[in-house]
Amino acid sequence: MAISSSRHRPGRARPWRALTAQIALLPMALTALGIYIGTVLWSMRISVSSSRIFPRDDFVGLSQYQRLFETERWHVSVQNLAVFGVLFVAACLVLGLLLAVLLDQHVRGEGVLRTVFLYPYAVSFVATGLVWQWMLNPELGIQSTVRALGFPDFKFDWIVQQDRVIYTIVIAAVWQASGVVMAVLLAGLRGVDESLWHAARVDGVPRWRYYLSIVLPQLGPAIGTSFVLLAVGVVKVFDVVVAMTQGGPGNASEVPAKFIMDNLFGRANVGLASAASTVMLLTVLALLTPWWYARAVQAKKARHA
Amino acid sequence: MAQMKFKTLAAAAFVALAANAAHAQKAEVIHWWTSGGESAAVKTLADAYNQAGGTWVDAAVAGADNARAAAINRIAGGNPPTAAQFNTSKQYHDVIDEGLLNDIDPVAAKEGWDKILPKPIIDSIKIKGHYYAVPVNIHNPTWFWYSKSALAKAGVAAEPKTVDEFFAALDKLKAAGLVPLALGGQSWQEWITFYSFVLHVGGRDAYLKFFRDHDVASVNSEPFRKAMTALRKLHGYVDAGSPGRNWNDATAMVISGKAGFQIMGDWAKGEFGAAGQTAGKEFGCFAGFGPSAPYMVAGDVFVFPKTTNKAQIDAQHKLATVFTSPATQVAFNNKKGSIPIRTDVDTGKMDVCAQAGVAAMKDASRQIANPDMLMTPDMVGAVQDVITKFWNSNQSVDDVVKALQGAIKG
Repeated sequence: MAISSSRHRPGRARPWRALTAQIALLPMALTALGIYIGTVLWSMRISVSSSRIFPRDDFVGLSQYQRLFETERWHVSVQNLAVFGVLFVAACLVLGLLLAVLLDQHVRGEGVLRTVFLYPYAVSFVATGLVWQWMLNPELGIQSTVRALGFPDFKFDWIVQQDRVIYTIVIAAVWQASGVVMAVLLAGLRGVDESLWHAARVDGVPRWRYYLSIVLPQLGPAIGTSFVLLAVGVVKVFDVVVAMTQGGPGNASEVPAKFIMDNLFGRANVGLASAASTVMLLTVLALLTPWWYARAVQAKKARHA
Repeated sequence: MAQMKFKTLAAAAFVALAANAAHAQKAEVIHWWTSGGESAAVKTLADAYNQAGGTWVDAAVAGADNARAAAINRIAGGNPPTAAQFNTSKQYHDVIDEGLLNDIDPVAAKEGWDKILPKPIIDSIKIKGHYYAVPVNIHNPTWFWYSKSALAKAGVAAEPKTVDEFFAALDKLKAAGLVPLALGGQSWQEWITFYSFVLHVGGRDAYLKFFRDHDVASVNSEPFRKAMTALRKLHGYVDAGSPGRNWNDATAMVISGKAGFQIMGDWAKGEFGAAGQTAGKEFGCFAGFGPSAPYMVAGDVFVFPKTTNKAQIDAQHKLATVFTSPATQVAFNNKKGSIPIRTDVDTGKMDVCAQAGVAAMKDASRQIANPDMLMTPDMVGAVQDVITKFWNSNQSVDDVVKALQGAIKG
């Protein structure tokens, strides 16, 4: 696309530069269109066939989708995704913001603290899941340690309870990801003009009120970035579940990504797995479309303003 | 000078020919035997093949699901291995239907497989009259292992010969403060416990009606419900740390005498052996309740992806012949913990559990196929989901019967 800024002088140079740019982008565009979108369309095609271990060319209408919505395990996994998504994003944003604000107070050793808080993100999700599994195991971890310290009635066995296990996964994931949110929000905080604080102090505004009413609205883009990063992590969540609970006890901590993987390989049920992935794709698109539309409307308003 | 040149050329040609000849019997084999004991076992197969004149190229993939997926992808992608491991089951029947496997009828005819292999295995590897897979072992997934010291401490005098004696023994273990049943709370282990109870408590008929005939009415029958009620009762004898536990950690509980029983396949024998325990001394084993209890047949096979390359076909036939020879069978199964596929082998060097297994296999009326041989992986998965929910919740027997009926309706 030609750069439509009024600062550039119109001339012979512009169309040629635009053409080179387009040619340079062509391989990536073809890859995105051909491979990415093409395979998505192929998956959707498979989801209306009766494919088992190999893809088949027949057409069975929506029976795979019917079977999917009759599968209790799928209902559990969607519910878990909703619960996990809300709790994970909210907790990470709140915790990340708190850590960023605290680090923004020009504390001593800020660099060290920042690294320490960011360390969990360097650990793979599998290692995180395993370590938290051991820590939350009632016989090996926190419950038995506290009991040994002299509190024989202490109970923290969420990980083996069907209705509480999803919260343990939230704990492990929040531990891992809040560091990243903190880093992004800290960068955003550093972009806030320091003189605003001086002006607010003159007016007698307490510090917490300053952060809540003045700084937070300015962090919009940084919060938006963190939200996108976290949301992507929510839709993808798979390795922490496999490492921590293998979807158990029973199917209580099942998530859609694990459901799809199990059906693709272990169950030799490519058709059902493709139907599940199509449903996930459509859900994500359904959630994003209003937001895109709102942004497009906003951009149009800004152009006309 | 010319002589030197001639000699070099001749040497080069000879090396090329020799390399070609070695390549002629090159066999790339995908399998999932990557643990210590399993690697030692598969090495006996590799050594036997190399000694017979072939070249074994190992392509191990950790994890059974991953190995099968890798094999399927390569077969579908046009770069198949020479042989790939599967379980004796219906896992590869789809591949056969697509026409992507070579049959090994010549080897089967020459070695007389119709006569020496047990019927449940033949049913799994002979599709539409052709042999498509070579079996290498027989595993029984529903052995009962017990710690002699734990049972002695609890005052259990003898091996339980009936279900009631088994539950009485569990009660005594509970009263003595030990863990009666060591179970790893993973879906596949709950699945093994489920079908072992359907077979040993519900009976042979109930088992076959459910797993082979997918008979919906049989689920609500008296014997099947009895098995589910017993399964519900069994849950009370498992300790609180069971969910998520690995199978070998549960075996470790029996090895150390902290737990009394474990229901697990005969691959657990390797764990006992690695801990220095001997069958019949520190630990005991029985395949079912009573001397004529059914003996479940499961195991591993190798299939041969379709190829028209003459050298590869020769390699495939050689693999099949070597895998089933009596000497290789004894060497491999001793390391693997399973029993040989043929009963005409020397059982002298096997431990008492394996000898009991071979004796059970000699009685054809005791043989029974495992669920993987009778149900597609899809239906196995659906039933597994129902059972893991039943085991981990307070679901009633009526509700689980309804759920199971839905799962096997297909």
